[in-house]
This record gives sequence, structure tokens and C-alpha cells, in this order.
Amino acid sequence: MQVTYLEAIRQGIWEEMERDPSVFLLGEDIGVYGGAFKVTAGMLDRFGEERVVDTPISESAIVGAAIGASFMGMRPVAEMQFADFISCGFDQIVNFAAKCRYRWNAPVPIVVRAPSGGGIHGGPFHSQNPEAWFVHTPGLKVVQPSTAYDAKGLMKAAIRDNDPVIFFEHKALYRRIKGEVPSADYTVPLGKATIFREGRHLSVITYGAMVHVAAEAAEILEQEGISMEIVDLRTLLPIDEETVLASVRKTSKAIVLHEATLTGGVGGEISARITEKAFEYLDGPVLRIAAPDTPVPYSPPLEEAFLPNAGKLLEKARWLVRY
Amino acid sequence: MAALKPVSPMALASPQRCDTAGVANPEAALSRRFLYYMSLMREAEDRIERKLYRQGKIVGGVYVGRGQEAICVGAGLVAAPQDVLFPSHRDLGLFFIRGVEPREVFAQYMGRAGGLTQGRDANMHMGDLNRRIVAIISAMAAAVPVAAGAAMALKQQRSPNIVFVFFGDGATSRGDWHEGINLAAVQKAPLVLICNNNQYAYSTPLDKQMACRDVADRAPGYGIPAEIVDGNDAWAVYEATHRAAEHARQGLGPYLIECKTFRMTGHSAHDAGDYVPKDRWQEWGAKDPIVRMEQLMLERGYASRQQLDDLHAEIRGQVDEAVAWAEASPFPDPSTLTDNVYEPAPAPAPTVEKA
Ligand SMILES: Cc1ncc(C[n+]2csc(CCOP(=O)(O)OP(=O)(O)O)c2C)c(N)n1
Repeated sequence: MQVTYLEAIRQGIWEEMERDPSVFLLGEDIGVYGGAFKVTAGMLDRFGEERVVDTPISESAIVGAAIGASFMGMRPVAEMQFADFISCGFDQIVNFAAKCRYRWNAPVPIVVRAPSGGGIHGGPFHSQNPEAWFVHTPGLKVVQPSTAYDAKGLMKAAIRDNDPVIFFEHKALYRRIKGEVPSADYTVPLGKATIFREGRHLSVITYGAMVHVAAEAAEILEQEGISMEIVDLRTLLPIDEETVLASVRKTSKAIVLHEATLTGGVGGEISARITEKAFEYLDGPVLRIAAPDTPVPYSPPLEEAFLPNAGKLLEKARWLVRY
Repeated sequence: MAALKPVSPMALASPQRCDTAGVANPEAALSRRFLYYMSLMREAEDRIERKLYRQGKIVGGVYVGRGQEAICVGAGLVAAPQDVLFPSHRDLGLFFIRGVEPREVFAQYMGRAGGLTQGRDANMHMGDLNRRIVAIISAMAAAVPVAAGAAMALKQQRSPNIVFVFFGDGATSRGDWHEGINLAAVQKAPLVLICNNNQYAYSTPLDKQMACRDVADRAPGYGIPAEIVDGNDAWAVYEATHRAAEHARQGLGPYLIECKTFRMTGHSAHDAGDYVPKDRWQEWGAKDPIVRMEQLMLERGYASRQQLDDLHAEIRGQVDEAVAWAEASPFPDPSTLTDNVYEPAPAPAPTVEKA
């Protein structure tokens, strides 16, 4: 069945709620309204008010309550209306949820959903990609799917996982990306990257919406006789180092691409691991392509200049191949 | 950008845009100013939401204060020019009261270089320290602690000025709201808190937002006074805000005003508000603050129907001109993308040529 990225996420949540009565949802406008992006549409009618909880505007309480309920054996899925508001629940995530298992062996099986990303003219507070804050927090798992298949499979795996998972959903993919999704139950394992497209001459390591930017560039490079491999990380924490290193050992050239801003981003971490562990395989510097270190601007020409795109990737890829 | 320090009144754009020179009766003059700013706000927002947004000339989110204009206008006209305003996302009238030109607002909404944020941010996310208006961030209630800090500073500086912060009913669920008010209360900071209780936060009705009946019920927990007013009556809002401002100026600390109103629109331009029972639109449509102000002015003989029609025609003309200006104005140059993340480094000192 062909479904959108959004519908895949919805199905993943829905099926887990059918399967496991301990799964419940909480967030702002998720019930009657079905969520700002309609990811939870229809769930109130199907599962009722106790399992689809419309909350006050209280991100800290939403995450905190999810943690508390998880101690009692529940598997809450909390929605942040936009990833940009996750900072309002930051302490509960990075200090409460993330540190319980290590400190006192208490698992926190929660999922915090966060619609993230730019390209929708949302401006500085409806466009951010804050994954690196959480990748820097041991104890969390951080996920960002790029396809409908992965979105559904990762959502199911995240809900079943016994650690806190921050689940970034790229808003620009919600209705733009469609893909085949099996009707039988399946999961996509957390912590496993995938080869989105095979190639020989260089590897681009990326995730989320940028996978599709990389695919666009790969098509163009193909016509120039350049074969670019695309590694889709899918999970950002824990990092699937092996898949990244195997790709780079094969192609000897690597670019890390992400939509989030450059400094302190995931790209630095990936790049460091490649140079530490596959240095002798490299035939050129590990490059990074990311948004510049500014807030996400609103005005369309500024946002267009801000976001990484196929053109920027092509330029660096051609340079690196010739290196 | 300048720090929040006293600026000379001359530096402020004329807050007296609404011409009341010929009106002798002060109540008639103030009524005219209420009507002018409420109508300008309505006309501008109608144009934004019902025309420019639908034409695709505004991209992203659009939130309007239709039906709630009496709140920001009634309260805003109490503020002295040097008082500090923290508008929320349905308080466009405050910008006009502070002399922001309609064309700057349209340019802001259209992402043009001539907007208050020069295309950096969208819609009501704008401010200008020279006009003593602080720009919100998106997160509801985040402005409340910031406003508390501004008020504490004014107190420390022995300033006669005070701070006004605006927010919705939903915002009062955030921890920031409670922390900010508590701090301001303990510090007896000169802070006037103005809640537009429009009974919905996005799709969430009041009874899902709070278990107390009124937002005003929250005030005793912080040891501050509160009052509830008809938020569709600019005069009532004005008078209550006046009491609150006096309280704050006398050093007695924060004061909360809850303005009962209704959001006569969906949450934003993309939301039709289908979850709102139809009879509520009717009930509150009949309480329109602009129509009410006109009726009051006609009944008391403050203006004739012709004069009111002339005022609206004048406003429409102003808005037409502003839209045309904004549409003709350029988008920001992408080469400026990374400017101004930090204070620009001072220009290097000129090197002296040695002979
Ligand atoms: C912390 C935070 N969470 C979620 C949102 C998304 N959001 C934007 S406006 C809004 C409703 C605000 O309701 P209220 O405070 O009552 O103001 P109103 O829009 O009714 O004027 C929500 C949930 C937000 N801006 N900030």
C-alpha cells in the first residue's frame, strides 16, 4: 500500500495502540483537532479520551507526565506541536527521562514526537532541527526517518523500546513523500542505518529530508558518470558507526549532509568518527554540508539561501570526486 | 540594536496618528482613538488574512485578533510613550499605537526587507526597542519572565515607567507564566498583565486548559490583585488597565486583568475553527467591539454616521497605500543571510601611512 510519510507515522501509532493497551497519547490539540498536522486524526474516536489526552499548553508537564506514566507500566507517546517547542520540555527530557536508567535502573519507555525542519516558511520558531541537543544526551535515543516505510517501522520500534526516544518527523516530508508500506506488522530497528542508494565513488551520509536532496543530486551525478552512495542514518543516537564506516571504506570519500546548522551538529560527530576509524581508507577530506550558523530566517529568499540543497551538494561532490 | 534604556520622547514615532485636534470633549476624543486603532487593526488584518494570504502573497502562519481589538487598543492607550509593551500574537493594535507604519507591518508579513524584522521573522514576531516594543518568541508565555525582568530593571532605575505584557488564556498553562508572575510579585515589579481570554487555545477550550473558572483565579496564589473585564468594551479595558497601571506605578507590584472575549476566527489562517459551536460565533459576533464603539459614539453624539464612514474610508485608503508600498518593496538580499547573528565587529582603525 502506498501511503504518505504522515500516514505511515499515523498507522504506526494506531497499530501499536491497537496492539498494546498501555500505549497512550498526550499533547496539545491532538484529540478533537487530530493534531496540528493531523497525525493523530481519528484516534480520539477510536481510542477515547483516556488514551488520547488533549493537554494544556504545558510541554514540561507533557513530558514529565509521560515519564511518570511510564514508571507505572504505560508506554506514552507525547507530541510536541512543533519541535521548536521541545525546548519548553527540555529539562524533563535531558535530565529526568535520559538519566533514570543509569542512575537507578528505571526504564523510561516514552516517545516524544517532534515535527521538525524547514522549507515551509515557518520562520525561526517553526522550522528548527534541534536533534543535536539530544544527540549530546546519553540515555536518549534519537530518530529521524526519511521514508514512509522507515517512519512506520521506526515508530513501532520506538514505542516498543524501553528507553526514551525522541522521534523527529520532518514536516516538509509529511505529505510530499509517499512509499510502499506493508500491511503486516513490521518494525525497523533503532540504531541501524541503511544504504538508501548504492554507489562507488563517494558516500553522502545524511538523514531526514536531506536524503531526498541527496537522491536528487545522485541522479544528476549519475549522468556525469559519478556514482554516489547515500547512507541514511535513520537513528542519530546511538549512531550506526559500522554502516557509515563500511560505506566510506568502499568509496574512500565522504560528505556528511544535514539540514541543521553546522557548528555542533551531527555532521561533526560523523566526520570525526570517519577520520578516527577509517582514515587510511580516505582519499580526501571529509566534508560537511549544513545550514549556516544562523537562526532559520522567514523570508523565502533568505530561507532558500539557508537550506542545504542539491546544488550545494553537487558542487562539493564534484570537487571531492576530483580531489 | 540599542539596549532598553530611556529614549527621548522625540525619538518615538508620533503616537498621535489619529487626529483628534478638533475634538474638544476628551471622552469623545478618546473614543475616536479607540475606534481608529481598532478599525485600523481590523482592516489591516482582514487584508492580511482574507486577501494577501489567500493570494499566496503571505506564506507561513497568520494569526489575527478579529473580535479582540478592544483589548490591545484599550490597554495600549493607557501606556505612556516610554512604558514598555510586550504584545502577544493578537495585539497588532499596539504596534499602530506606537507609531509603527502599516506599510512596515505589511512588509513584515510579506517577508520584505522593509518589514520590522527585515524578513528574518514572520507575522507578529516583531519588535522595536526604539518604540519600546519587545518582540515575542513563538513559545507561549515566554515573554512573561522577560517582562518581569524589564519591570525589575525599571524599578531599579527609579523609572516612572512600567511594563505591559499580553497573553492568551492558553499561555497561562505554561510554567514560564507562573514563574514570571511569581518573581515579579515577590519583587513588586511594575508589571501589568493583560490576558485575552478568548476561550480557545488553538482547538483547546478553556475547560481543557484550566480547572479554575477564571484566569483571574490564578492571581491570589501569587498575592497579586486581579480583575475581570468585558474584553469587547474598549472603555472597560481602558479603565481597568488604568487602575492596574496606577497600582504598578505606585510600587505595589503586578496586577492582572482578564479580558473576556472570543476569537472570531480559527486559530490561524489555515484553520477554519470547525470545533467551535456555531452559536458561539453568533453570540459573540453580536458583541463586536468596533460596532459597539460606533454605537456608543453615535448615541452620545461624539460623531455622526458620516464622520464614522469617513474614518473607515480614510483607514481603507491608508491600508491600500501601505499594501501597495509593501508589494513593491524588495525581498531581503540573500547575501545578508549570515549578518547580525552577533554584533558586527568594529571597523578596523585606519592605518596611518608612514611617509
Ligand atoms: C510553548 C508553546 N507550545 C505550543 C505552541 C503552539 N501554539 C501557538 S498559539 C497556541 C494557542 C495559544 O492559545 P492562547 O495562549 O489562549 O492564545 P490565543 O491564540 O487564543 O490568543 C498554541 C498551542 C506555542 N506557540 N508555544
